[in-house]
Amino acid sequence: MTADFALPPTSVALSGRTVLHDVAFTARPGELVAICGPNGAGKSTLLRALAGLLPGTPARDARRVAWLPQGARCAWALTVAQVAALGRIPHRDTADAPVTLALQHCGILALRDQRVDRISGGEARRAMLARVFATEPEVLLLDEPTADLDPAAAHAVMQLLRRTAETGRVVVVVLHAIELATRHAHRMVVLRDGRIIADLPPAAALPAAAAAFGLRVGRDSAERLLPPDDDASRR
Amino acid sequence: MIRALVLLLAGLLVLSLLVGDGILATPDRLILLQIRLPRTVLAALVGGGLGLSGAVLQGALRNPLADPGLLGITGTAGLGAAVAFYWGLAQGFAPALPMGGLLGAGIGAAVLLTFAGRAPSGPSVILAGVAVSAIAAALLALALTLAPNPFALAEITFWLLGGLADRSLLHVALAAPPILLGGIVLLRLGPGLDALSLGEETAASLGVPVSRTLHLAALGTALAAGAGAAVAGGIGFVGLVVPHLLRPWLGERPGALLPASALAGAALLLAADLLVRVAPLVLPLSQAPPLGVLTALLGAPFVVAIARKAAP
Repeated sequence: MTADFALPPTSVALSGRTVLHDVAFTARPGELVAICGPNGAGKSTLLRALAGLLPGTPARDARRVAWLPQGARCAWALTVAQVAALGRIPHRDTADAPVTLALQHCGILALRDQRVDRISGGEARRAMLARVFATEPEVLLLDEPTADLDPAAAHAVMQLLRRTAETGRVVVVVLHAIELATRHAHRMVVLRDGRIIADLPPAAALPAAAAAFGLRVGRDSAERLLPPDDDASRR
Repeated sequence: MIRALVLLLAGLLVLSLLVGDGILATPDRLILLQIRLPRTVLAALVGGGLGLSGAVLQGALRNPLADPGLLGITGTAGLGAAVAFYWGLAQGFAPALPMGGLLGAGIGAAVLLTFAGRAPSGPSVILAGVAVSAIAAALLALALTLAPNPFALAEITFWLLGGLADRSLLHVALAAPPILLGGIVLLRLGPGLDALSLGEETAASLGVPVSRTLHLAALGTALAAGAGAAVAGGIGFVGLVVPHLLRPWLGERPGALLPASALAGAALLLAADLLVRVAPLVLPLSQAPPLGVLTALLGAPFVVAIARKAAP
């Protein structure tokens, strides 16, 4: 993939409330972009707009762009391998190699024949992520892919996403955990009230991110975020 | 699994042709062609249509309790047949009853899709189906109150209970084309149903035309199950039970259940119809119990079992 992945300036209203105000977005191949911001800032809506799932947003080729929703769930007790194989639907094939590779990437190859209702929440989460990898897309749009994961697994997934981006893909991740974003992402987009208030490398974006969350950056460590009236840091 | 189902179905088809008043007696050629053949073929067609519709609806709506009855298709088919009956059409022209049922199923599907809206989702289709069922039941009750005479009332009530007795090759000719056409529509929905197990939005992100898939599921059900209800009356629970019987063997991926559900539905209804025919020979019954009564009696405990299993 050589072209940038872009969304022209877009406003989105959901049931009468404007959730995104004229937001534009561009990512270069090779970039892992984290979208951060407080609850209700419009992060998931921006990801849906990028995926072309909202009216008035550019439709995407399902073979090229894959989207993982927040809290993805499977209605039926499919096996881990069957869930991952759903990622082949856009290609209309049942190729086994990309599915096996995806399971391997996500560290759940050993669970391939387990039913998703009989494994842990974190393992099921990674099965959903494997579904996205099985599509072999050029653009991965992931909403909270590290939710339900323990810290070690969360960092492992972020490292996987960074490596994936560095093979020339675009990876856009919505994250609640700012420390994951600052550690792994190439770029951090901070949303607040439906507007992008910062679009910078993670370290530089931290004060803006902190302000958006109603936090401030601790003086002792660039990565430490504290509540505004924390006594410990004042000493 | 598919091979086992085909063998089972073949065995039941042969058995159904052989069983009559005297079990396994060599049948008269006329009886075989005019009575047992239509009955056997209809049982397989109607059961197959019901089983396949149930599997598709459960997958499309992500609901283990979905079946053609839930969407009101069976109800509107019964209503159409009752109306045709009351207008006296059925007396002079025998096919009027199934044709009325077919028309009713078609109108029911159209109303269902109108109620469900332009961008239907699982819950909106189910709510629309409950509304269609309620309207069909109310209008049917009205039709029964306005019955021209007690004999008409008795006859239509008995017809609504569902059964395959006294059906002719004409009924086969009426029901087979819509059931087979609906079956083709439904069998092609496999990959779309698989994608829908992740929800409508994710299915859309996988390139699946979600509204079209749900519309085709309703249309295919109207044809495959509606035509069955039009010739055989209200036979419940087959569409509900069949996919649940198969999941322990085939897994829960919706697309993997479709052909097997058609085969198993056909086998199940053939077996039920055989039971109905044998019952008066072995039990102190004055006549064969209605087929729909038997499927309901067997199916209802099954629903309880599903509910128990689903409970945490």
